[in-house]
Amino acid sequence: MIGWPAGTRLLAGKTAFVTGASRGIGLEVATTLAALGADVALGGVRDPDGLARTAADLAARHGVRTLALPGDVADPAAVKACYQAIFKAWKQLDVLVNNAGVLEGALIGMISDELIDRVLGTNTRGAIHHLQGAARLMARAKRGAIINVSSIIGVRGDEGQAVYAASKAAVIGLTLAAAKELAPQGIRVNAVAPGYIETDMIKGLAPEVHARRLAQIGLGRVGTATDVANLIAFLASDLAAYVTGQVIGVDGGMRL
Amino acid sequence: MTEPEQKLQAAFREALDLGADVDVATLTYRGIAQWDSVAHMQLVSTIETAFDLMLDTDDVIGMSSYDKAKEIVRKYGVAL
Repeated sequence: MIGWPAGTRLLAGKTAFVTGASRGIGLEVATTLAALGADVALGGVRDPDGLARTAADLAARHGVRTLALPGDVADPAAVKACYQAIFKAWKQLDVLVNNAGVLEGALIGMISDELIDRVLGTNTRGAIHHLQGAARLMARAKRGAIINVSSIIGVRGDEGQAVYAASKAAVIGLTLAAAKELAPQGIRVNAVAPGYIETDMIKGLAPEVHARRLAQIGLGRVGTATDVANLIAFLASDLAAYVTGQVIGVDGGMRL
Repeated sequence: MTEPEQKLQAAFREALDLGADVDVATLTYRGIAQWDSVAHMQLVSTIETAFDLMLDTDDVIGMSSYDKAKEIVRKYGVAL
């Protein structure tokens, strides 16, 4: 998979926080940002020990500072603790990758309140809490980049995914509003909308479902976490200094 | 006036762009034109930088006057 040229330190001197960094797209983003020279804080809820090991590994491999910040993005107190920890350790934050998310489907008529709470709690409320915490730290330095991870389903919708689509469409609204409000403080806010990406989330799909998805992709292949991480690294960097309020698809030309 | 309180008053003057004739100790949120919602976030940022602390969101929302600001900053261990 094509990545940034070896030795590129595009993000040297920047501090970044990636939520949902224990696996999948979040882990790849954290790895890419560290490889590009950023100090990286990793958020995750499932495996605190594993998160700490990953943070230590990234620090050793890339010569950057890392923090492991276990906690549930749906828990406002846990989110608050993350930013207190970043403030205590680094005093600044340059990049937030608002990535943590859950994908749970249900047909209309079978959507429970519990499912709504889980999906919106993580994907929408969690994203808002993190954006607010990050913006507070970034405002001090009058600079920052926030990248919210939405989804092609939040842009186009998909059957069986009404709640997930709503939660990711809300992330787009959050992005557009925050980009306007935070621009005077030098903070850029963008969203990425991944398509069909090879992660644990899709490994359990039936072969016929996988084949149908593949047929919807113009470039004819499943996307990788690296495809998404490369776009996020660009948006986090000063190369994107004049880019804000955008929702950028990374979907290989997928049609839903 | 203690040194920390001078620092707090200086933060108010800087963030709200107040003249020397303004009595900072009597200020309330939206009580003067300069202290609006946008300036409030600048004020919070200036206070945080001055005292090297990070306020909780509840405290940001609850900072409704200079007196309240003193009370909040004290909570973070500053001897005002």
